[in-house]
Amino acid sequence: MTPTGPSRGYSRRSFLTTSMATTMTFTLLDQARADATLAPNHQADARAPTPMHLRVNGRAYRLALDIRTTLLDALREHIGLTGSKKGCDHGQCGACTVLLDGKRILSCLTLAAMAEGRDITTIEGLAAPDGSLHPMQQAFIDHDAFQCGYCTPGQIMSAVGCVQEEHAGSDAEIREYMSGNLCRCAAYPNIVDAVKAGKAKMERG
Amino acid sequence: MRPFVFARADSAKQAIDAHHAADTERKNVASVHARSQYVAGGTTLIDLMKLDVMRPELVTDINGLESHTPSGLIEFSAKGLWLGALVRMSAAADHPDVRANFPVIAQALDLAASPQLRNMASLGGNVLQRTRCTYFRDTSYEACNKRSPGSGCAALKGYNRSHAVLGTSDHCIATYAGDFAHALIALDAQVDIAGIDGSRTIPFAKLHRPLGDTPHIETTLEPGELITAFQIPPLPWARRSLYLKIRDRESYEFALASAAVALDLDGETVRDARIALGGVSALPWRAHEAEALLRGKPLDDAALDAVADNAFEQARPMHHNAFKVELGKRALKRALRQAAAMEI
Repeated sequence: MTPTGPSRGYSRRSFLTTSMATTMTFTLLDQARADATLAPNHQADARAPTPMHLRVNGRAYRLALDIRTTLLDALREHIGLTGSKKGCDHGQCGACTVLLDGKRILSCLTLAAMAEGRDITTIEGLAAPDGSLHPMQQAFIDHDAFQCGYCTPGQIMSAVGCVQEEHAGSDAEIREYMSGNLCRCAAYPNIVDAVKAGKAKMERG
Repeated sequence: MRPFVFARADSAKQAIDAHHAADTERKNVASVHARSQYVAGGTTLIDLMKLDVMRPELVTDINGLESHTPSGLIEFSAKGLWLGALVRMSAAADHPDVRANFPVIAQALDLAASPQLRNMASLGGNVLQRTRCTYFRDTSYEACNKRSPGSGCAALKGYNRSHAVLGTSDHCIATYAGDFAHALIALDAQVDIAGIDGSRTIPFAKLHRPLGDTPHIETTLEPGELITAFQIPPLPWARRSLYLKIRDRESYEFALASAAVALDLDGETVRDARIALGGVSALPWRAHEAEALLRGKPLDDAALDAVADNAFEQARPMHHNAFKVELGKRALKRALRQAAAMEI
């Protein structure tokens, strides 16, 4: 296996577009890493805000956060992207699922500082720029794959990850590989249908 | 969560230097209360920091090792299988060489946690995951020798359905929660460890310490030491291996009983066997004596009963978990039967 490490990039301004940020990434990369190694918040008071840069849905955000801030709280409380939900806050329910460098992870058990330089994708970043929904979002609507909707952003992010990981080959495999997302309304049968339909649409491109 | 200093490392040396730089005034301890902790996936550490069970003053992010060092690699060769400690559980579980040659490893990883957690958790962190014992995780219970050395064990007379029956002590009966570790111990894996004085390699079986009267010291790692890789020696007959996991629900749950087994068969006769038991044990648990009982025998009901009885001979069931003895025996027998039936 060849490790495909995250490209760690830092942008100075919060409103850079993805393409601009991408071109800037490697000029700032090495210096930023050298600075960051060992001592991002080695100040006298560990509670003083730590400057950090997060890249969410292709946009760069410059923040100053308490080092204890999770990625979930950074997204919801500091960036204003409230699509990712806080359910258990202990990595048990999946409501906070986002993609980190394309892989689904739990933002409640990830420190924001650990996500610096990584590509973060939230439910708000799935739709096309013209507002048309991602195939998996549309499939959840078409198959009525939710009732109250609280778990839905996490379910959809997880479903996208599940398909991209090639673990959506059968109903049984979908159930197993979606087991990290709990639905208190028990919309599970429709969720399985939606993942199957979403997968077909994603593969048609 | 309590405040901490956050650092990043791209190499084992940077991580260890950060640890020791922060360790000049007070002696660190290799326990749940170690002042300095490494974080990779964070799936245990961040959870326990939120619960105030773990209170590190320095947290060093070692994810940089994944792309900057061999700890992000998987290699399969004539020398066996090499798994970097920063490889994620999902990457190892999906790796074709792992699946074909060591199915017990792939299955132990696949049946653990959830897909999101498997994308996060590193292999090195996975073997160091901490127990799910409620009395350990909930600080409103005063008595927990793992969390507060010398305070007692609330589980001994408490609700202990999920607790261990093998490898326990009078001071702690917490179950070792992992799955992957049982596959490693069954396969005679070795662990590469980096420390302040260089690196060393030890048998995986020597990584976790028997509980004794110091259940808060779970491993033989010295303060600041960092697991960099696992080496699994060649074992061609490990293609006939599997991990069977019995639990309260079908997916995303810890084991009540599990068995990691590998069989070397000569027709109907067992040439050699490997057995490790999970969900029932306080640390990764190899059943050497039971393995020896199988050698040279046909895998019939009498042999299976003898092996299972032997594997649980030393079991110390508690009030709510006595069922685990029978469940563990049946899990082991079923795992061996299934392994014998594998088409390889």
